[in-house]
This record gives sequence, C-alpha cells and structure tokens, in this order.
Amino acid sequence: MNRTRLSAIARKEFLQIRRDPRSLYLAFILPILLLTLFGYAISFDIRNIRMAVLDQSQSAGSRELIESFESSGYFTIVGRLARVGDADRVLGDGSAKLVLVIPPTFAADLGSGRAAEVQLLLDGSDANTATIAQNYADAIVSRYSTDVILRGRTVTLPVRAESRVWYNETLESRNMIVPGLVAVIMSIIAAMLTALTIAREWERGTMEQLAATPVHRLEVVIGKLIPYVGIGLFDVAVATVLGLTVFRVPLRGDVLLLAVMTLLFLLGALGLGMFISAAMKSQMLATQVAMIATFLPALLLSGFIFSIATMPWVLKALSRVVPARYYVSVTKGIFLKGVGIDVLAVDGIAMVIFAAVGLGLAIRVFHKEIT
Amino acid sequence: MSGASLLRIREMVKKEFRQLLRDRRTRMVIFVSPLLQLLMFGYAVNTDIRDTATFVVDLDATAPSRRLIDAFVATGYFEVVGRSDRPADLVRALDHGDALVGIEIPRGFARDLTGDGTAVQIVVDGTESNSATIAQGYAQRIVRRFALERAAAAGTVLSGGVDLRTRAWYNPNLESRAYNVPAVIGVLIMLMCLLLTSLAVVRERELGTLDQLMVSPLSPGELMLSKTIPVAIVALFDLAAVSVLAIVWFRIPMVGSPLVLLPAALLYILAALAVGLLISTISRTQQEAFMSMFLFFQPSIILSGFFYPIDSMPRFFRWLTLGNPVRHFLEVVRAVFLKGAGFADLWPQYLSLAVLAVAVLWFAVVRFPKTMAG
Repeated sequence: MNRTRLSAIARKEFLQIRRDPRSLYLAFILPILLLTLFGYAISFDIRNIRMAVLDQSQSAGSRELIESFESSGYFTIVGRLARVGDADRVLGDGSAKLVLVIPPTFAADLGSGRAAEVQLLLDGSDANTATIAQNYADAIVSRYSTDVILRGRTVTLPVRAESRVWYNETLESRNMIVPGLVAVIMSIIAAMLTALTIAREWERGTMEQLAATPVHRLEVVIGKLIPYVGIGLFDVAVATVLGLTVFRVPLRGDVLLLAVMTLLFLLGALGLGMFISAAMKSQMLATQVAMIATFLPALLLSGFIFSIATMPWVLKALSRVVPARYYVSVTKGIFLKGVGIDVLAVDGIAMVIFAAVGLGLAIRVFHKEIT
Repeated sequence: MSGASLLRIREMVKKEFRQLLRDRRTRMVIFVSPLLQLLMFGYAVNTDIRDTATFVVDLDATAPSRRLIDAFVATGYFEVVGRSDRPADLVRALDHGDALVGIEIPRGFARDLTGDGTAVQIVVDGTESNSATIAQGYAQRIVRRFALERAAAAGTVLSGGVDLRTRAWYNPNLESRAYNVPAVIGVLIMLMCLLLTSLAVVRERELGTLDQLMVSPLSPGELMLSKTIPVAIVALFDLAAVSVLAIVWFRIPMVGSPLVLLPAALLYILAALAVGLLISTISRTQQEAFMSMFLFFQPSIILSGFFYPIDSMPRFFRWLTLGNPVRHFLEVVRAVFLKGAGFADLWPQYLSLAVLAVAVLWFAVVRFPKTMAG
C-alpha cells in the first residue's frame, strides 16, 4: 500500500462527499434527530393501562381492591360497568385493555374465610401490554390477598423477597434504549454511507477511469473508507454526548474502550456496505440490499428490543452474524454495567473478525469486477 | 383520460415491469426477501417471558432452601443456569450477561424461617427493563406463596384471601407472536414500497434518462402512474404471499375477512408509494434519497405501535402517530387477524389512511413537474 496514492483516494472521496452537501448534512443530522426523537418518544414503561371494572359486589372490600389498582399507577380506570355484556363491548372496541370482574359473592367469601375469586379479562390481541398488565394485576391482587389473610393477626410472614435491580436501578427504559439505539442507528448509517460509493462509480462510468490508474484495489477500498470512518466516529461521539447530557444516561465504563470498540464496529459495518456496493454495482440495488441486510436485523436480532435468549436456536445462530449484536452488548456493557475488556473481549474479537471479513470480501469482489 | 393516454401508460407500465423483473437480484429482493424476513422476524419478535436465565447462590443448602428454588423453577419462568456458594460468582454471571436474575439465599435461612423471619435477595439485570420488571413480579409472588405455605405448615391457620382468575380474549395464550407477526407484515410492505420507489425518479435523473422521458409525449401524471402501478401490483402480491405464510407457517389465525383487509392495504400501499415518489422527486442524488427514505422509515416504525405502545408515549408523540400510515395499517391488520373486526369497527383507520394517501399523493404530484423541469 502506497501512502500517497491512499491519501489521494481518500481526498478524492472526501471532495466527492463535500459536493453532495445535503447527503453530508443528513449523515450528521440523522443520528442526532433519531436519538432525540426516540429518547423522548419511546418508553417501555407501561403505565396508565386503560381498565374497566365490573363491581357486582359493591362492598367495602371490593372498593378497597379497586382502589389498590388505581393507586398503583399502572392502571387508569376508564369505566365502571353495570352488566357483564359491557365487558364484551369495551374490550371489543379497544376502549379498555382489561376488565376486572368482582362477583356478587366476593364480600361474603372474604368474610367467611373462604377464598374469594375475582376475574380478570384481558384483551389478548395486544399480547405485549396484556402480559405486563396481567403481571401487574397478579402482583396487586396477591399483595391485597396477603393483607386480607394477615389482617388482625399478630403473625408476620416468615420470609420475604428483597429485590434489587442492577445496572439500571430505576428501571428507566430510556437508559437501556439510548445505548442500544446508538448501535442500531450506527449500523444502518455505516452501511448507508458506503453502500453507494462504489456502485456510484460504476453507474457514472468513472470506475473505468479509476481502473486505468496505477491505484491498487486495496488502496481504493481503504482510501474510500477513511472519510466515512471519520464521519461515523463523529456521529457516535455526538450521540454519546447527547445521551449523557440530555438524557442523563450513565456512562460507567471506560470511554477509551468505547472508542476502540466503536472503531472496530464501524470498520466492519462500513466494510459490509462497501462489499454490497461492489457486488451490486447499481445504487438502487445496493440501497435495497443494504436496507434489508442491515436495518431490520440490527433492530430485531441484536438484542436491542427482543431478547436473544428467548429466540429459537436458528435465530440465535443467525444473530451471531449480525455485527450490531456485539455492539449492542458493548454499548450496554460500557454505559450501564461499567464492565471492562475482561467481559467484552469476546464481543471485541467478534467485531475484529467482522471487520476483517467485511473488508476482505469488499476487496475481493472489487478486484474480480475490475479485472 | 383519453385512449391515447391509456395506451401510453400501458406501454410505460410494461416497460417498467420488464425493467423491474429483468434483474435476477431485484427479483430476489422483491419476491424472496419478504418471505425470508417474515420467517426470521416471526421468530425473533417474541416477548414471552419463559425460562429466564437465573443464577442461584444457596448459602444455606438445606431442605427448605432447596424447596424455595424448586418453587422458582416449577413456575417455568425461571431456569437455573448456574449455582455457586460464592456471591462473587453471581456478580460475574450478571456482568457477563450469562444470567438475568440472581437469587441469593442467606446462611441460616432454614433456622430463621422458623424463628425471627428471613429474607432472600433477588437481583435482576435492569438493562432489559421489561423482562426485569416482569421477573421481579414473578419472584415476589413466588416468595410470598412460599411464605404463606410455611406459615400454614407451622400451624398458623391462614385461609381465605383472593384468587385471581385470568382469561385473555382474542389470543387466549397471550402469545406475543400472534400480536407481532401481523405487524411485521405491515412493516415489510412499507419497506418494499419505499425501496422500489424512493430511488426511481432520482435515478433516472442521475443517469440522464429523465431527459429522454421529458421529450417523450408522456405527461408528468402519466409518468407517475406508470412508475407506481407496477410497484403497487408487486406490493399487493407480496402482501398476499406473506399473509399466507403467516397463516400457514406461524398458524396465526385470521379471524376476520381478507376483504376487510384489502381496501386498507390498497390505501396503505398508495400512501407508501406516494411517500417514496415524493422522496424521489425532492432528492438530488440517490445517496440523498436513500438517507431521506431512512429518515422517514425508521420513525414511522417506531411511532407505529409496532413494539412501543402508543398509549405510553408522551402526548405530543401520540399526536404525531396520527400522521403515520403505518400506525393505522397496523391497527387494521391486527384487528382483522385477531379480533375479526369488520368495516364498521375500522372506518376511522380507513378514513385516516385515505386522507394521508391523498395528501401525500397530491403533494408528490404538485412537486413532480417541477422536478422534471429542473
């Protein structure tokens, strides 16, 4: 590799980027815009679930139970129903996600020491909210039940659970979203930046000119990469500062380690984009392939939202070839867990392999096409 | 529309179709990739909490402590992936992400159980805040039930209380897949429409073929129609293919009628194509079009209710989702698939989709001649 030729290619690419300023602005603005948008908009904290009650008991006990649902903060009571048929209606038109049915015998059972039964009807068509709502409701009823059993007695329960949350003590979903989102946004931006760079030269016919120069293929690929690595690193730096200052996400680990890991990840992701570009030779096709191969896998198979542990083995295996998976684990590890290289070494090695394979493929395909 | 115009459109549509289907790789993108993606994502979008990886540190190692751990495992929510008698190992397991939950039972647990009372430590990994919240709830309940049983066994007469019986409608097992797979269909269709249109016009301009079209007798309106009709047909075909796959492979029941879905799908595809064309007409380079397309696509997924409930967004963003065609279409697919909803239930969604489609299309049509001219 010749330094002069390499820097000449890098400078040419840089000039070309500058000549399309709107794309350059987008490359800088996109991550900031998306992070700001989602930092504010997204919340996994499910609260104020719309709930209706059908209280056929109308007793002190039933009112107390309803009150404990209300005061939990998880539920908002949007309707008090009179007839069983109404439950059908509110779940059907979606005005309530769940209905609590307290039967007429509730007070009598409670007073006689028999187990009183209440019913919870859930709108299962929204399985995500329903599962969480069910969980909250179970907890509320179970606590209420224990209170009722122990009421007026001197006994205390022999054992209790003391639970603690680590890494994200307040269980704030923003803390887990911001580091993961940086990884997802960067994997698509990286591919987006390079996916068109070689295809563009083919479409415009400048590739033949490039081929006629004494530049080596390795120099073309690496030289083209340099400006984009710069843009990518800048993007991550801005996103990190934004996460720390505006969203107050903790950064507990080593910033330097984050920078090194980011560089490794960017090399792999940019190399992948370059490979797509060289293989497709058409900007339209490269766009389609880049989008399909990077964005949705990064969103769904990286462990950002959907836990990899619950996936079937085929997808677990597949997630191993999604670079974002390792980077999500790195950003979460460094931001929230504050772990170091001893824990993240495996992810680091995986990303080194990616960078090598991505760039290697890009250079190979590029060579084959040009000769 | 005159006969000559129809003829021109027909010939142009034929040409566009041929261009679209000529390349083997494009055919793969259009016909194979949606099916593969549905298969992949159908398995990925699983939010059921089962077999949560749990690390156990039992410092007591007595019959009661083992019984408590068995009670955890018996629920099916927790799976013991490691045991140790050193609390440091628990820290390591959570740091490495090998376990999401840690249970620590203190020394003297069995003794204190019959004496002054005791406590077990439950540690959850908060980096997956949803699973953590749910796991925490389960753990609390398991320990409480265990405690009541112990108290009863010790001779305290405890009876009564309240039992909760849960029944879920529309999706009795609360399978997250039944909720998420229909949504994936909507997302894939949007992606396909955007991928096939957002570079269509800007590409002709970059390659210089737009000039040739300008000197042809085609009017801008005719040109737009001939660019959108082939993509609309392809998108409808894809919609049918992935829906069949969802029903046959994932056994997602389709309670409602496909006929209810069809008009919404047409409006949705129209809106998606209009967005794509608009991006294509306002962009100067294909690179810019690619980025603008993403700038639209990513927020439209996140603000659609696909996996972030719209109800828990701040008011401003809830408002914003009303302008998002994906949101309305997802409501329709989910309601048709799971609830068997009909026209009477879904008219607000139809109306919103229609308004959005017309508005964006109008904007694109107004913008288009200017692009051709300049």
